[in-house]
Amino acid sequence: MTVTELVSYEDALATFEPVMGLEVHVELGTKTKMFCGCSTALGAEPNSQTCPTCLGLPGSLPVVNAAGVESAIKIGLALHCEIAEWCRFARKNYFYPDMPKNFQTSQYDEPIAFNGYLDVQLEDGEIFRVEIERAHMEEDTGKSTHVGGATGRIHGASHSLLDYNRAGIPLIEIVTKPITGAGERAPEVAKAYVAELRELIRSLGVSEARMEMGQMRCDVNLSLMPKGADRFGTRSETKNVNSLRSVERATRYEIMRHAAVLTSGGTIVQETRHFHEDDGSTTSGRIKEEAEDYRYFPEPDLVPVAPARAWVEELRKGLPELPRVRRNRLREEWGVSQHDMQSILNAGAVDLIEATIEAGADSAAARKWWMGELARRANEEGVALSALPVTPAQVARIAALVADGSLNDKLARQVFEGVLAGEGEPDEVVEKRGLKLVSDDSALGTAVDEAIAANAAIADKIRGGKVAAAGALVGAVMKATRGQADAARVRELILEKLGVEG
Amino acid sequence: MTDIIKLTAAEIAEKIASGELTAVQVTEAHLARIEAVDEKVHAFLHVDREGALAQAREVDAKRERGEKLGPLAGVPLALKDIFTTKGVPTTVGSKILEGWIPPYDATLTRRLKDADVVILGKTNMDEFAMGSSTENSAYGPTGNPWDLTKIPGGSGGGSSAALAAYEAPLAIGTDTGGSIRQPAAVTGTVGVKPTYGAVSRYGMVAFSSSLDQGGPCARTVLDAALLHEVIAGHDPLDSTSVDAPVPPVVEAARNGSVQGMRVGVVKQFRGEGYQAGVLQRFDESVELLKELGAEIVELDCPSFDLALAAYYLIAPSECSSNLARFDGLRYGLRTGDDGTRSAEDVTALTREAGFGAEVKRRVMLGTYALSSGYYDAYYGSAQKVRTLISRDFDAAFEQVDVIVSPTTPTTAFAIGERVDDPMAMYLADLCTIPTNLAGNAAMSLPCGLAPEDGLPVGLQIIAPAMKDDRLYKVGAAVEAAFTERWGHRLLEEAPSL
Amino acid sequence: MPGITREEVAHLARLSRLELKAEELDHFAEQLDVIIGAVARVSDVAAEDVPPTSHPLPLTNVMRPDEVRPSLTPQEALSGAPAQEQQRFKVPQILGED
Ligand SMILES: [Mg+2]
Ligand SMILES: [Zn+2]
Repeated sequence: MTVTELVSYEDALATFEPVMGLEVHVELGTKTKMFCGCSTALGAEPNSQTCPTCLGLPGSLPVVNAAGVESAIKIGLALHCEIAEWCRFARKNYFYPDMPKNFQTSQYDEPIAFNGYLDVQLEDGEIFRVEIERAHMEEDTGKSTHVGGATGRIHGASHSLLDYNRAGIPLIEIVTKPITGAGERAPEVAKAYVAELRELIRSLGVSEARMEMGQMRCDVNLSLMPKGADRFGTRSETKNVNSLRSVERATRYEIMRHAAVLTSGGTIVQETRHFHEDDGSTTSGRIKEEAEDYRYFPEPDLVPVAPARAWVEELRKGLPELPRVRRNRLREEWGVSQHDMQSILNAGAVDLIEATIEAGADSAAARKWWMGELARRANEEGVALSALPVTPAQVARIAALVADGSLNDKLARQVFEGVLAGEGEPDEVVEKRGLKLVSDDSALGTAVDEAIAANAAIADKIRGGKVAAAGALVGAVMKATRGQADAARVRELILEKLGVEG
Repeated sequence: MTDIIKLTAAEIAEKIASGELTAVQVTEAHLARIEAVDEKVHAFLHVDREGALAQAREVDAKRERGEKLGPLAGVPLALKDIFTTKGVPTTVGSKILEGWIPPYDATLTRRLKDADVVILGKTNMDEFAMGSSTENSAYGPTGNPWDLTKIPGGSGGGSSAALAAYEAPLAIGTDTGGSIRQPAAVTGTVGVKPTYGAVSRYGMVAFSSSLDQGGPCARTVLDAALLHEVIAGHDPLDSTSVDAPVPPVVEAARNGSVQGMRVGVVKQFRGEGYQAGVLQRFDESVELLKELGAEIVELDCPSFDLALAAYYLIAPSECSSNLARFDGLRYGLRTGDDGTRSAEDVTALTREAGFGAEVKRRVMLGTYALSSGYYDAYYGSAQKVRTLISRDFDAAFEQVDVIVSPTTPTTAFAIGERVDDPMAMYLADLCTIPTNLAGNAAMSLPCGLAPEDGLPVGLQIIAPAMKDDRLYKVGAAVEAAFTERWGHRLLEEAPSL
Repeated sequence: MPGITREEVAHLARLSRLELKAEELDHFAEQLDVIIGAVARVSDVAAEDVPPTSHPLPLTNVMRPDEVRPSLTPQEALSGAPAQEQQRFKVPQILGED
């Protein structure tokens, strides 16, 4: 393998204009597979969710999952695509052990959705329009485990083991038109596009689109052309770039690599490349002796899909607000900056905060708890924010207790701890743990009197005008009440009793 | 007792229902016949003696319990080895599936079992249904009971031979380009290719998905109709299955008539390559139809001349893809896995060892027709021809109710005669192929023996899609008239084995 | 019309995953040439303005509801496997893209 001396990103962009094409595969969250009734539930034991059809047994036949088609149309509509009046499935023929029939049932020149766009918002608020070529339906492959080689890699393995539970799970492949004009922001656009698409898919409820689970996978096609040129250069196709960060890094790396090859007088080979998470580089895939010839032809075992216009319109009416539009609306309603909104989005907290507000909390409190204490906890435990065992309603209740003075922030954190530990609803936790703020002045008064009596010297200093010394007495009272006092009120009482203006 | 094996399916069912015979007696009689003659005929690849007897006992038990029996309950049947049978080997006549025991039943298998039809075993066939002589079976050829040195037709030669040899009164075939009708023609039996989509393809090992169709084989038109009614009907597991009521085929078979019907004779179905005796018997059949009250209409279907060419592009194209799954990884044969070879190499070695010459030829032909650069000229054009053929049929059926033709240009040829001349072999399906391309229905029934060789000649009747009942109406009338003329069924003239 | 060469047959065999023997290459080259010569007539209609027919019957929109049906048991699924390990199909090493 030849090691390419990369050209700096700035130098590359000074000479070349990047052209990108992004192909995203999304696994749909249907209950059953695309062409058979096997369950798609995760975590089942190997080959327990297979049948003659998804195992490709002789004689078996496919039948289209209506929910798969509906999801495809929803995605197409949300991407502003035209929906085909009539389209067919096609067979893509090639041999691979993870594909039981040795052809993938896919769509070829008649995709169900085509000619759309997705507006993505970059971090500074700029909107970039990504044109969509097509979105089509197909099926996933099985999963291979490579045995005998180093670290389970295919290279050097002695044999492989196949589990076909995943074979046949519905996929939607979304392909952009060539993305030009992004210039130096190309990697950012790529990342923002994939992020936006993920949000869109989630908002439609057709998939959780979790990249870390392989439910959403991205291939990055990239080429460079000299600035001012109108003919695209030769592209490379970086496969399975499976996180937002990786999408950005892979794009950036390929821009620098292409530039290096081109400026040194070399030519780019059209090939597939593999992205390496560890150092952000890409390497060449196996060079095939012969160009792939997939011999597509209309799938004779399935009949054409001709979505009724009335159905399409009904689905269009049911589309949710687009994530970007909703985000901007919420951002304004909450009064947060573009940057803070991005953090909220990255934390997966938009829906949670919105629900918390709906449950009665004010937006500042809702954001504060989800992005503060709870984000910290989720992070510590390595789970998604939404996976924490606390509901927006519970967060709203705790916020209300703080707002009415029943809890201070410190106590509120203890209530969260209790709720997360499964001790019950916030009020139960307050009750069981005895966390109510001591706000009864007579009870506090006694504690204050005791503190003054026990710290006569400090009390004198305060009487003498050293108001700052009151902190020590407040500390003593808080200690005596085991923190269940409102510190501000304690301070007021101390100053009152010592006859000093606060 | 009359010879059980000579009874028709309708007669057997009646005798079982009335208690005159038990299903076990009937099954044992046929198993004994198989025992006696199948060494010579080689119609069966697998005889499921135990399964058949168990089914028969169940039928007898049902009858004893007073349960209502279906119209074919207890009648034995020979099942083409292309349908999956749970727990019973299914090879499709190929070495690549030797020993494979499917974990599921085809819909057709299920329906037969539900109707209490007794499945005797699995019949021989051209490998993956590719052929017209059953010589392409990896398990050796089947003999034609009329002359064991002659082919029994193909691909369903095992099923047609089983009927002609009285090893079973009913059989199942599949017809992609004529594999039910041509074997019926050359063995003097009846075979029907129903409308495409009438009989579920779920569990029928695919050769060419858009052409394949399972159908009934029998010794009489009525028996075929009774079986047709059992196996046809919508199946949600087959997307190409027709969701409409099964045409009244049994009623039609019981009320044969051509009185007042318009019968078409297509001029493209004669000429060079047609055996004189075949044309003679065909012309006599047309005369007979006239005598029976039909009006004969001459038809011109020019695109039929391209049917064979289109077929030999479409069927191989689809098969090249359908057969890709036989890779030695999940089931069936695996060759050359010595621990050093790659999956790719093992697959290539397995397919090389597991497929016969005709299968390889068609897989490569189809790969060629679909490959980039050739698709439009070959596969694409063939699909256009298909449209033209359908249009010719549509125009024809505006003028006539059914079309008739010889089923096959010649009578049974000798085993070995055309093995190494694919083009000569392909001509056997000249008259049957247009129907598969258009998806409509057709039947072959005996219309006499060719004078020059004394072998059976088949008359083909073609009806529009979903008008399968017309086949039976016309077929029953022709059958009755011929039987009266000959004084017996044609098969009676076959030599005893 | 185009003749088919031995090299083309070798290419088709590779695409079809068939490890053909040398004599088969010769034999098939000869036969495929004859067959393709005979079927090439279909391209006479290539230019005609006729829609291609991929399905014999004009059915559309055959779909099933998204309801789980019983799968095979893993034992049934693996019952025909030439080799298996850890309830998975065991296959020779895959020459893949690493
Ligand atoms: Mg794809
Ligand atoms: Zn399945």
